[in-house]
Amino acid sequence: MTQEILNGILLDEQTELSLIDLCCACSSTEEWIVELVEEGAIEPMNLQTTGKQCRGWVFTADNLRKARTAKRLQRDLSINIAGVALALNLLEQIENLETRLNCFKINSK
Amino acid sequence: MDFKDYYEILGVIKDASQDEIKRSYKKLARKYHPDVSKEADAEVRFKAIGEAYQVLKDPEKRAAYDQLGSNYQAGQDFNPPPNWDAGFEFNGGDFTGGSNADYSEFFESLFGHGFGSAQGRHKQYGDNVRGEDHHAKVLIDLEDAYLGATRSVTLQSPEIDSSGHVVNKQRTLKVKIPKGVKQGQHIRLGGQGSPGMGGSPAGDLYLVIEFKPHSIYRVDGNDVYLDLPLSPWEAALGASVKVPTPLGNVDLKIAADTPAGRKLRLKGRGIPSKVPGDLYVITQLSIPPADNDAAKALYQKMQEELAYNPRSKLGV
Repeated sequence: MTQEILNGILLDEQTELSLIDLCCACSSTEEWIVELVEEGAIEPMNLQTTGKQCRGWVFTADNLRKARTAKRLQRDLSINIAGVALALNLLEQIENLETRLNCFKINSK
Repeated sequence: MDFKDYYEILGVIKDASQDEIKRSYKKLARKYHPDVSKEADAEVRFKAIGEAYQVLKDPEKRAAYDQLGSNYQAGQDFNPPPNWDAGFEFNGGDFTGGSNADYSEFFESLFGHGFGSAQGRHKQYGDNVRGEDHHAKVLIDLEDAYLGATRSVTLQSPEIDSSGHVVNKQRTLKVKIPKGVKQGQHIRLGGQGSPGMGGSPAGDLYLVIEFKPHSIYRVDGNDVYLDLPLSPWEAALGASVKVPTPLGNVDLKIAADTPAGRKLRLKGRGIPSKVPGDLYVITQLSIPPADNDAAKALYQKMQEELAYNPRSKLGV
C-alpha cells in the first residue's frame, strides 16, 4: 500500500508566528505567553512598536522551541516564570558552549 | 510484568519520611529532566522517577504499595493479587504531563484504571473547540538536511474509544523533510493533531528535527565541521587532497606549511538555506608509524638532516 507523503511547513528563521500560534502550539493561555515576554524569556520581533498590544505580536519560530521548553520546565519542576527564564538562559549558554567545544575538539581516538 | 521498586528508583530507604521522598524526587527530577539532562536515557529515567513519586507521595497509595511490595524484589515477575487494593482509598492522580502511555505496565495494573488517573487528564470541552496540537521528535541524518528526505514517523496518541476507555492508538505518517532543516527546528503539519469538537478544525502536529550524531561531521546551526587528517609531506609541501562533503567529494588545495588546527572554509557547502552555511575543514596531522626499516630510515634521515626543534617556543 502506498501512503501519501505529507508536506509540512518548515518553521525556519523566516517563519512568523502569532501569539495565537504560540498559544495553540504550547497549549497555553495568552496570559502565560505575555508573562514569558514580560520576563524577557521570549521576545516578539515587534515589541518596540506594539508595546503591550500583545494581539499584534509577531514571533520568530525559535521562540516556539523556547516557549515549549519553558512550559515543560514549569510543569515538571514547578518553577516560577523567573526561574524558567533563568533556566532557559543557562540552557542556551550551555548549548552554545557545547557546540563550540564539539566543533573544535580534536578527535582523540 | 516486572515488579518495580519505587524506593530504589527514588534512592530512598523504605521508611523514608514524606519530606525525604519529596526532596529526593525534586533533586532527581531536576537532574533527569529531558530538557536539562544530556544523558541518553534521561527521558526514561524522568518518567520512572515521576511514576515512583506519584505512588510514594500519596500516603494511601504508598501504604497499599508497601503492603504489596514487602515480598517482592525489583525486576521480579509480578502479578497483582485479586482485590489487592481492598481497604484503600484513592483520589486519582495529577501526575504531570503526557498521556497514560507514560506509565509502566506495572503502575497501570495497580493504579491505572478506575482510580481517576486517566480520566482526570482529559478536560471537559464544550462545543466548537479546536483540536489539540501534538508534538513529536524526528531523527534525521545530516545528509537529509542537504538533500531533503522522506521519513516515517510513528505516533502514539491516547484516544477515547467507544466504551469510554483511554486507549493508545498508533499511526504512522510519511513526512517530507525539506532540505535545509536545522537542529531544533519545527515542521508543522496542519490538521494532523487531535480532531476538533463540533466541526472545529483539528489541531496541528509539530515535528522537532533532531540530527543523529554523524561519524565525521559536526554541526553548528548552518555550518558543518570536519577534521581533515594530512600527512606530514602534504602539510609541509602543500597538496591537493580529496575532502568528503555530505554532497560528495571535492578537491581542496592545501597550502605549503599548513599547521595542524588550521580552519579552512568551503563557502556555501554547509547546510543549504537562503543563506547557506559553510563547511569548515580543520586540519590535523597524521604521522605515519615507523613500523618497518624503510620508514625508520626515512625518519632517521630527517632527524639527521633537518635541524628542527618543535619545542623552541618553550625555550628548551
